[in-house]
Amino acid sequence: MALSAIFLMIFLIIHLAINFLSVFSPGLFNEASHFMGTNPLIQFGLQPVLLVGVLFHFIMGFVLEIKNKKARSTAYVKNNGAANSSWVSRNMIWSGAAILAFLALHFYDFWAPEINIKYFKGDMSGLLNPADVNSDFRYYQELVHKFADPVRVIAYVVAFVFLALHLLHGFASAFQSMGVSSIRKKQIQMGAKIYSIVLPLGFIFIAVYHYFNH
Amino acid sequence: MNLTLKIWRQKDSKTKGQMVDYKVTDISEHMSFLEMMDVLNEQLFAQGEEPVAFDHDCREGICGMCSMYINGEAHGPDRGITTCQLHMRMFNDGDTITIEPFRAAAFPVIKDLVVDRSAFDRIQQAGGYISVNTSGNTQDANSIPISKHAADEAMDAATCIGCGACVASCKNSSAMLFVGAKVSQYALLPQGQVEAADRVKNMVAQMDLEGFGNCTNTGACEVECPKGISLENIARMNRELLKASI
Amino acid sequence: MALDSKIPEGPIQDKWTDYKNKINLVNPANKRHIDIIVVGTGLAGGSAAATLAELGYNVKAFAYQDSPRRAHSIAAQGGINAAKNYQGDGDSTYRLFYDTVKGGDYRSREANVYRLAEVSGNIIDQCVAQGVPFARDYGGLLDNRSFGGVLVSRTFYAKGQTGQQLLLGAYSAMNRQIARGKIEMFNRHEMLDVVIVDGKARGIIARNLITGEIERHSAHAVVVATGGYGNVYFLSTNAMGSNVTASWKIHKKGAYFANPCYTQIHPTCIPRSGDYQSKLTLMSESLRNDGRIWVPAKLEDAKAIREGKKKPTDLSEEERDYYLERRYPAFGNLVPRDVASRAAKERCDAGFGVNATGEAVYLDFADAITRYGTEQAKIHNISNPSKAKIYELGKAIVEAKYGNLFQMYEKIVDENPYETPMMIYPAVHYTMGGVWVDYNLMTTVPGLYCIGEANFSDHGANRLGASALMQGLADGYFVLPYTIGDYLADDIRTGKISTDSAEFEAAEKEVKDRIEFFINNKGTKSVDYFHKKLGKVMWDKCGMSRNEKGLKEAIEEIKAIREEFWKEVKVPGDANEMNPELEKAGRVADFLELGELFAKDALVREESAGGHFREEYQTPEGEAKRRKEFQYVSAWEYVGEPSEAILHKEPLEYENIEVKERSYK
Repeated sequence: MALSAIFLMIFLIIHLAINFLSVFSPGLFNEASHFMGTNPLIQFGLQPVLLVGVLFHFIMGFVLEIKNKKARSTAYVKNNGAANSSWVSRNMIWSGAAILAFLALHFYDFWAPEINIKYFKGDMSGLLNPADVNSDFRYYQELVHKFADPVRVIAYVVAFVFLALHLLHGFASAFQSMGVSSIRKKQIQMGAKIYSIVLPLGFIFIAVYHYFNH
Repeated sequence: MNLTLKIWRQKDSKTKGQMVDYKVTDISEHMSFLEMMDVLNEQLFAQGEEPVAFDHDCREGICGMCSMYINGEAHGPDRGITTCQLHMRMFNDGDTITIEPFRAAAFPVIKDLVVDRSAFDRIQQAGGYISVNTSGNTQDANSIPISKHAADEAMDAATCIGCGACVASCKNSSAMLFVGAKVSQYALLPQGQVEAADRVKNMVAQMDLEGFGNCTNTGACEVECPKGISLENIARMNRELLKASI
Repeated sequence: MALDSKIPEGPIQDKWTDYKNKINLVNPANKRHIDIIVVGTGLAGGSAAATLAELGYNVKAFAYQDSPRRAHSIAAQGGINAAKNYQGDGDSTYRLFYDTVKGGDYRSREANVYRLAEVSGNIIDQCVAQGVPFARDYGGLLDNRSFGGVLVSRTFYAKGQTGQQLLLGAYSAMNRQIARGKIEMFNRHEMLDVVIVDGKARGIIARNLITGEIERHSAHAVVVATGGYGNVYFLSTNAMGSNVTASWKIHKKGAYFANPCYTQIHPTCIPRSGDYQSKLTLMSESLRNDGRIWVPAKLEDAKAIREGKKKPTDLSEEERDYYLERRYPAFGNLVPRDVASRAAKERCDAGFGVNATGEAVYLDFADAITRYGTEQAKIHNISNPSKAKIYELGKAIVEAKYGNLFQMYEKIVDENPYETPMMIYPAVHYTMGGVWVDYNLMTTVPGLYCIGEANFSDHGANRLGASALMQGLADGYFVLPYTIGDYLADDIRTGKISTDSAEFEAAEKEVKDRIEFFINNKGTKSVDYFHKKLGKVMWDKCGMSRNEKGLKEAIEEIKAIREEFWKEVKVPGDANEMNPELEKAGRVADFLELGELFAKDALVREESAGGHFREEYQTPEGEAKRRKEFQYVSAWEYVGEPSEAILHKEPLEYENIEVKERSYK
């Protein structure tokens, strides 16, 4: 879990960085998106690894939850979990499930159409009008188009709040599970706070930015 | 003070149990929680009912025998204590107190509030020792200097009393704090190094075999531990396991 | 039967070595065919079980707790003595031997004590090898502290949890053997009788405390390591389950019981707060280094304090009686345990006790705080410090020294001992008496051994601080494993002992009949009712000071309680289930017999020695007066009733040490 978590956390940084380009420069964003979408090393090397990582993280999350539930066959009549642990740490499965639901939407929005265009329709050009080589790349347009819908923007914002909650516990937890010493506990906790608040805020900012600016 | 108690009653491991309500009156705030239980049992005796069975022995917080889940917390609402050190002044007149056994599939209920924690013994038997004969032919105690820092840290890990509050508090019924503490004690001392890799692997394997859950680092164990065993011991065990596996 | 202590010939420093060189051994192949039962898994039993299993014997170990790690050895705080002389302060085997014999008020057996001192160093080596995290200094070497009135620093410690760490060491050694299949561990099992076949101990009858099943277990030898009997007083610092049953059952089957009246009463315990009290908690003796002990000088003030109308801080210096400083100007608050305990009782009996129960005296740190505060102000060059500043500086020092004890006190009593004086009262915490054993630690029954606090051998009439752990481990790791071989060498051709014999049958029937009686008796009173009643008689008449009249009364009263017990006791629940009341009933039945023998022993011993103080035998200054004609061990033989027990005397000779008087004026 910890290893896949750290891998996914690194991926999220890259994802955010590329998305941020859309705020500064649509052109640069298009270039980067095209590179990521067509480079064979990324498409056939990293993309499957990422997919496996995501799948592994989710499946293992559920498997562990089931195993852990089985470790207590009779539940307490009264349990005061708040007395000794945070809500987020006790509810990783729910924040995780919310993120999974978001991922389904996200894949439906971007990844599935992308795969469809590139590998089923065979259009690897990335252009708005594949017949016209001088037309713009389609990526920025698609992005803007998606965030025109307020319901979708709200769904994204809510999902990133859940991501923040998930990370608030998950970040430090991953390091603890990998045996990183508590000598660095303070730094890790600080890092966890920064990462798990700044990163989802970034994504939220991008979604909201495009909603209001177009 | 007068209290309502909701207590788990279960005749034996095979019979189904249930919560039963009792009333106790004239409880002094200076009583320990177990003395309050003694009063209840005297009352039950007088009424011709069977007293509530619960584990207890030293009643000074060191043997690790007492094991009640009180108002949703292992060893009750106070910190850094066992049930026998919990005093009634932590409660108010008219309170309802819910008392349950430590719950975990690996800690089956024997009777009422008494559970079977022999899984802990079996984990220790899997490797929680240094293989040295008690022959008296060992080398002089001062022949291996151990840094004060390492000795103190090993001592902190070794203060675990094996009560099982960590398992009872953990939402996953994980025994990582208990096992981590024992692994850490030996990992920190030079005497234990020769068999360190086997020790951690065997103890963790036994822990999994006993049906304890996995650690998701909620930290509940550390908060409820009567001896304040630190989560660092779990991280250290994870390191040891990683080292042993590579 | 005449007592033979089997002390080897020769100079004291060579006895053990020469003896070991000459005794019979069992060859490794034969050890596989020999079974040993060890009852009790504290420091003595746990270390013995582990060592015997390592040697190759098949060990069956029994504990009433749910794990060997919970035995009450775990509660020992202070430390363990060993004549290592790491501090280079003149310690030696002889000095530890000397201190122990003198501390025991010249009522222990020289040869045993010397052997104890001799193997003490090995214990530390052994425990360190096992991973016991003893305290260390900055150079990485073992640290020592000094303890209880000796002149050297020889006490090794692991925070305030030395007993726990040593027990966990023995437990880990046991675990290794359990994993190898050499120890079969029976948790939650209580020994209820010993089985004697052809005059030899050949097994036990035990009750499975979970199912109630009565089990027969056979072996070639039986080792009893079940601790002391302090709970005969009902309230003590012992664990709730600590009991005399195993020792008493073997006594009834032929093992002599020695010096039952030697009890150590510790002066600094947290007082009882009410009748519901189940157990007493010890506070480290070190508190007396800085605390001043007092009670109100006037009876009306004591009464007002008891009723909550006055607070201790309301009383001026003149209204306080620092009775230890008044009576013992030289030693003051630092008189030995027995003296301090008796003086507190004397004041409380006279009506000066301070808490609601009238059984408490003050231990006051106000002076210490002021003294340390003034000292610190000087060190920090603060001229004309305010009272508040002095208090603040002084409190910090007291906190650094005793912080954890003050915190423990506050948790229990709910009073802040920095602001109001602590309350303390003496409590029973160790019994020096026990089953009589010879130099081999064998009782008067062949093949039946007794080790640790359960036997009588090493502490005489009074035990020194940090010596209980030493004795338990010495017996279990280093003495018994050798001496038992000498006996078992004759058993290599015996083969497995059958549990189908008439002797097992009879012993089992006896045990079952008694359980049936308890379950079926139509009484009205709980076991605790009788235990508390017995405890009160023991405390009032066989406690810190005893006299002929009181002891005679005690014998009669205990007999009466016992008779009432057998008529009126009621045990709820069934025999075939976990039944804590049934467990207690059996234990209290045995305490009720031991109590009487205890009083009888105290009555016969017409002298004062260590933990046994007879009011008739004191010096004009009120100190304990030993009498030369009582320089013997009283070993009692059971013949039916405790009152009819026959006294056998083992004379004590001191060839290597001069018998002296103690004075603390």
